[in-house]
Amino acid sequence: MTAISVKGLGKAYKQYNNRWLRLLDWLSPGSKQWHRLNWVLQDLEFEVQAGEALGIIGVNGAGKSTLLKIITGTTQATTGQVQLQGRVAALLELGMGFHPDFTGRQNAMMAAQLQGLSAQEIQQLMPSIEAFAEIGPSIDAPVRIYSSGMQMRLAFSVATAIRPDVLIVDEALSVGDAYFQHKSFERIREFQKSGTTLLLVSHDKAAIQSICNRALLLSHGRKVMEGEPEHVMNHYNALLSDRKGDSIQVSTTAAGHKSTQSGTGEVVIQQVQLFKQNSEATETLLTGEMARLQLLAQVMSPVAELVVGVMIKDRLGQVVFGVNTFHSQQVLTELRAEEKIELNLEFEANLGPGHYSVTVALHAGPDHVQSNYDWRDLALVFEVVNVSKEEFVGVTWLPHTLRIQHE
Amino acid sequence: MTSMLQSLHQTWRYRGFVLGSVKRDFQAKYHQSLMGVLWTLIQPLAMILVYTLVLSQVMKTKLPGVETGNGYSYSIFLCAGLLTWGLFAEIVSKSQTLFIDNANLLKKVNFPSATLPLILMLSALVNFGIIFGLFLLFLIISGQWPGWVILCLLPVLAVQLMLSIGLGLVLGVLNVFFRDVGQFFTVFLQFWFWLTPIVYPASVLPSYLQPYLFANPFYGLTASYQHILLHQQWPEFANLAWPLLFSVLLCFLGVHLFSRHAGEMVDEL
Repeated sequence: MTAISVKGLGKAYKQYNNRWLRLLDWLSPGSKQWHRLNWVLQDLEFEVQAGEALGIIGVNGAGKSTLLKIITGTTQATTGQVQLQGRVAALLELGMGFHPDFTGRQNAMMAAQLQGLSAQEIQQLMPSIEAFAEIGPSIDAPVRIYSSGMQMRLAFSVATAIRPDVLIVDEALSVGDAYFQHKSFERIREFQKSGTTLLLVSHDKAAIQSICNRALLLSHGRKVMEGEPEHVMNHYNALLSDRKGDSIQVSTTAAGHKSTQSGTGEVVIQQVQLFKQNSEATETLLTGEMARLQLLAQVMSPVAELVVGVMIKDRLGQVVFGVNTFHSQQVLTELRAEEKIELNLEFEANLGPGHYSVTVALHAGPDHVQSNYDWRDLALVFEVVNVSKEEFVGVTWLPHTLRIQHE
Repeated sequence: MTSMLQSLHQTWRYRGFVLGSVKRDFQAKYHQSLMGVLWTLIQPLAMILVYTLVLSQVMKTKLPGVETGNGYSYSIFLCAGLLTWGLFAEIVSKSQTLFIDNANLLKKVNFPSATLPLILMLSALVNFGIIFGLFLLFLIISGQWPGWVILCLLPVLAVQLMLSIGLGLVLGVLNVFFRDVGQFFTVFLQFWFWLTPIVYPASVLPSYLQPYLFANPFYGLTASYQHILLHQQWPEFANLAWPLLFSVLLCFLGVHLFSRHAGEMVDEL
């Protein structure tokens, strides 16, 4: 069943060169238009099935919030339409309309009424709202003495008091302490398991990858990509460094992985290889084994500064370890064309069993956002197997001592 | 038409929110004050006192048609016009900034926006109910109770509410796009007050001005209130025809503007 269906959606804001033109626009009976249209969303098409979780990614100003507002129903679309099935709850801005002089309980009442709940329903829900917010006796104190975290807790608790069929979440959630963030994500996951369709806007890679089945990348109001969260996230990272309009290429590696590559090309990556201690090239490492990652690059045109970075990611795309020559204070400067670069990262492979990928980047400054010469996701994929250590779980092996006693 | 019914249905579904908001509006106003609800009374009482003292005592103005033989006449005449005008002015001036004041709510929460004018009107009616109830009590105590004819207040009040909400809606929507509207109307309201025979009887005006009075849609209303409360007679319902027509037109214009520009309004806020 389709829970959300978006067809030919577009949104344009009217812009006037001066205030008098608006008056003309209102008063002139003819079809002459006195405004310009500023399109922030165009030709959007997508569907979300019931129970699915879709992540929406994009740089600031890509149109994410506008899209959420249109789906929520507060903003009207200029073209196209949105169809929703069932009860919709939106967490666009938590704590909207809380009145500082009223108690938490009164404000919770108000917020619940704003969702269209009746007094009777609210009475029934109140104990669970209080319990989830965990703000104790403060519930009967005026909201003006609440910390912002307490307000968040209460607001989230009210907004999610009833499981909606469609839940729309803006970045709002990233506020509050770690404990409550965890708790609120847990509740969202529970909703999802019970069949709630989820629409999530976030810059938080971990959030998108751990919750969403699918992601959609928006750029300049258009859908650029739709697919696996990991894959879309990589493209988004490439897009972040793509401010100068250089190319982004996606190629499929021999092993069938989709590798994203972008950059301005002053320096290019030529080879990335993994070696065992005996300098034998490999794609498999044993947990705890010494290994060496080698990166070869070539300078194509002179650059003032070069930083080389390497990142190891797990199967889900979460970064396990990352390091670069900026932080190790080994920035190369004044490189001439034709110079060759070699980077070797020797490390102890204290990794849990599973597949890992390597992302490499050549850039100036502390990260690849400022100026990016070459960036490659999934430049290399390797597997870690555990034969030398006892069995353990997780992505990393911590050298440890285990003691147990009994009397 | 179907969308009208739909929004009525929506509003009904949100009745909890509407009533809750009215209650909170009332509480919020007096939450932090010691005298609380007394302030609702003090303000209009002070105004009545000022007008009574200045106009009928200090200036010894002759108010033909008002003097019916006892000392309370002018006060009753004044209250009939002033209290109802107060209700009208409160609704209209708050409606002007209704959408601007609730910008955040309109942008972030999906709820029937038609509830906002309703909340505003009910809140104003609560305040009006308190002060007007007190005035009615005064009529009983002073032996000036007009009897059954008092029920005639209801249709007059209904027309006034239509006028207020229609005008308020038009101004509220326009003010989002052209902020001059609010500024202008605040000034205009002052003139309108003094152009309406509220603190003075219509009969003091020169006779060549009299016919123009009827152009003022509020005149018919004020005259009816004064007729009922002071002269204790049935109002001339013919006088209400123009205010009624005017109000209906304003309501249509208001609803039209609102439904046509509701979407664009959110973009503009």
